[in-house]
Amino acid sequence: MTTKEYETYYVPAQSHWPIVGAVALFLIAYGSGNYVSDHFGNNPTDDGYGGFLLIAGLGLIIYMLFGWFSNVINESMSGKYSHQLDNSFRQGMSWFIFSEVMFFAAFFGALFYVRVFAVPWLDGAGNNVMTGEVLWPDFTAAWPLLTTPDGTETTAMGWFGLPLLNTILLLTSSVTAHFAHVALEQNKRLQLKVWLGLTILLGSAFLGFQVLEYAHGYSEEMQLYLTSGVYGNTFYLLTGFHGMHVTLGTVMLIVMFFRIWKGHFTPENHFAFQAASWYWHFVDVVWVMLFVFVYIL
Amino acid sequence: MTTDVLNDQDSHESEHHDDHKMTGIKRWLYTTNHKDIGTLYLWFSFIMFLIGGALAMVIRAELFQPGLQIVEPDFFNQLTTMHGLIMVFGAIMPAFVGFANWMIPMMIGAPDMALPRMNNWSFWILPFAFAILLSSFFLEGGAPNFGWTFYAPLSTTYSNGSTAFFVFAIHIMGASSIMGAINIVVTIMNMRAPGMTYMKMPLFVWTFFITAYLLIAVMPILAGVVTMLLTDTYFGTSFFDAAGGGDPVLFQHIFWFFGHPEVYIMILPAFGIVSTIIPAFSRKPLFGYSSMVYATSSIALLSFIVWAHHMFTTGMPLFGELFFMYCTMLIAVPTGVKVFNWVATMWRGSLTFETPMMFSIAFVILFTIGGFSGLMLALTPVDFQYHDTYFVVAHFHYVLVTGSLFSIFAGAYYWLPKWTGHMYNETLGKWHFWCSLISVNLLFFPMHFLGLAGMPRRIPDYALQFADFNKWVSIGGFAFGLSQLIFLVVVIKCIRGGEKAPAKPWDGAEGLEWTVASPAPYHTFSTPPKID
Repeated sequence: MTTKEYETYYVPAQSHWPIVGAVALFLIAYGSGNYVSDHFGNNPTDDGYGGFLLIAGLGLIIYMLFGWFSNVINESMSGKYSHQLDNSFRQGMSWFIFSEVMFFAAFFGALFYVRVFAVPWLDGAGNNVMTGEVLWPDFTAAWPLLTTPDGTETTAMGWFGLPLLNTILLLTSSVTAHFAHVALEQNKRLQLKVWLGLTILLGSAFLGFQVLEYAHGYSEEMQLYLTSGVYGNTFYLLTGFHGMHVTLGTVMLIVMFFRIWKGHFTPENHFAFQAASWYWHFVDVVWVMLFVFVYIL
Repeated sequence: MTTDVLNDQDSHESEHHDDHKMTGIKRWLYTTNHKDIGTLYLWFSFIMFLIGGALAMVIRAELFQPGLQIVEPDFFNQLTTMHGLIMVFGAIMPAFVGFANWMIPMMIGAPDMALPRMNNWSFWILPFAFAILLSSFFLEGGAPNFGWTFYAPLSTTYSNGSTAFFVFAIHIMGASSIMGAINIVVTIMNMRAPGMTYMKMPLFVWTFFITAYLLIAVMPILAGVVTMLLTDTYFGTSFFDAAGGGDPVLFQHIFWFFGHPEVYIMILPAFGIVSTIIPAFSRKPLFGYSSMVYATSSIALLSFIVWAHHMFTTGMPLFGELFFMYCTMLIAVPTGVKVFNWVATMWRGSLTFETPMMFSIAFVILFTIGGFSGLMLALTPVDFQYHDTYFVVAHFHYVLVTGSLFSIFAGAYYWLPKWTGHMYNETLGKWHFWCSLISVNLLFFPMHFLGLAGMPRRIPDYALQFADFNKWVSIGGFAFGLSQLIFLVVVIKCIRGGEKAPAKPWDGAEGLEWTVASPAPYHTFSTPPKID
């Protein structure tokens, strides 16, 4: 406690990275809005400029992330950061992950509501007999919803095969990520590199198989499309957002790999690595939820 | 303790920090200083308040008499939608974040916010988000016209083409809110001066702490629901379309799971401001500090299990109607505790009535009226009658305008001396208060009766029997809008000059922010003060 009182909290001087980031987000948002309106709106056209703005925005935000993080890394390595500041980063990352959990909660909430209430009600459950009779008398409630009220047909993605393999891959990768962390804390750099590299490989394999699974879903045989009623909607949005998060997590781990290669991190001081590994465990937990509620049940 | 800290700060500032302050536009674009960022938030919210207010004036001009005279019905819908979105996300929320930025580090004895660069990012996203939102007025189909609640299928199947811009604008302003909230939580958890335990924090800090938790929990839900809206509108999904197995009511459930905590995001900070000001001008400590903390936390927790009281008329199962009715009525208990504590704080205090206190007292009375009409709306069978009438409009304007907005004015007058180093003009402040008070009641009080008599909200025309009341409501609206220009004059005059403010201009004020000079030095508490 006494030492903590005398530490000074590092407050950076002006930085131009945040405003670069704000412009980047503006380009991404405005570009996406433009692109989506032009290509998928009521009067589709091909001559919009939204796509260019979007790409420019993505480029700019990557540039911003490089610049901002290299500032932070330099400050950290030159010893400007106190224990208290390290705590700020930890708490900030934890709350960010919590906000991500809530983002997935919205989609899981939609899934549960549809399964428990909306679909049975359309078939007349509860006090909705007339809904079933009047709107779609031929509709039968079921989950997975393979025939929608308006007659769109699809097939369900089973849990055996690729999804099960992916579950094993991702669970294993969480374990290897943990081993990498232990190796870092014991300062065993070679083991650290091996375990981390293995984690990245497992994550990439997961993503590859996920792409295969989507291709399988979109095949003539399965006809499971994003537009295939609310089963396809929840399936693709939940697994799709999870896939994006795994991609982001993999990128974080790759960055950590290069930083370790350059000799960054010590057994005492490796918050960035820890943050990436927390994030990795988080996407793993989300997958377990997905596997249970989207695939198995 | 007071003078020690002050001297220590002054000497410390001149030694270390002079090189940090840039000048010109770069100071504001690149700043990492919580006071600069707080100022930016406050000005941004005031500009948005004027824009949103201008839209409201057009609405009231159209409703001045029955029939259609000024705007087309579709444009009227755009006006009500944008008025709501701008006031909620552009005026009230950023104003509170501005207060949080300015005051929290000073109140807990921290050198700055915990993550200063991210703080800058959170702010500068906002002007861009609102530029996108406002630019949609110039789209082919016009701005969003589906109400600030953007219910499906109005925003999906019947969208006028503005949905994509709306969704992405909401996405980035949501990112801004989440980052801002994370910063507040981390600052409060990690940066308190040694000795300042949680139960020694000013109540102001507590309310922002709880508000920030609410934001982190529900802004991602908003991001989720607008994403489903986007895919439903443009990519052929059917989350909110029964033909594909979805349900338009699902939209309302997810939206209000965000929306009801959002309501408390806009009122809990107001509680904090009022709980700071009333003790100062009553010259008594806040009555029941710990009960205030627990009441605020209870309100926040309850806010997660009352959302469907916005949807009593959607045909929920009876169990749902009853559950959400009882839970909603339960909120009256902690809210009652708060109102009781404010009154008990004033009881036998030596009261003086400077402008901040006037706004705070008005807050207590008028917010309570809004609370009572809320209690009426909480009763399911009664709500069947009131739903979507002007009674609802009256209710939420009482809690948001005479509630949140009045607290913002109160807080602004209270801390202006600390921010600018000058006293504001008390006479003009009183003028602002009385003009606002009279006109706001003329504006919103008759709406209760219009609603009870059956006038529906969000409609540009009305039956003849509502004409007289609507005329007075509109006059109140114009008067209230114009009264706010007095506030603008007060603030500008206060920045440019005026009587020099001492470090502690209010003799009953408590808290670390009054231990530093006025205007507050650019950097405060680089070395944390000790709290006993």
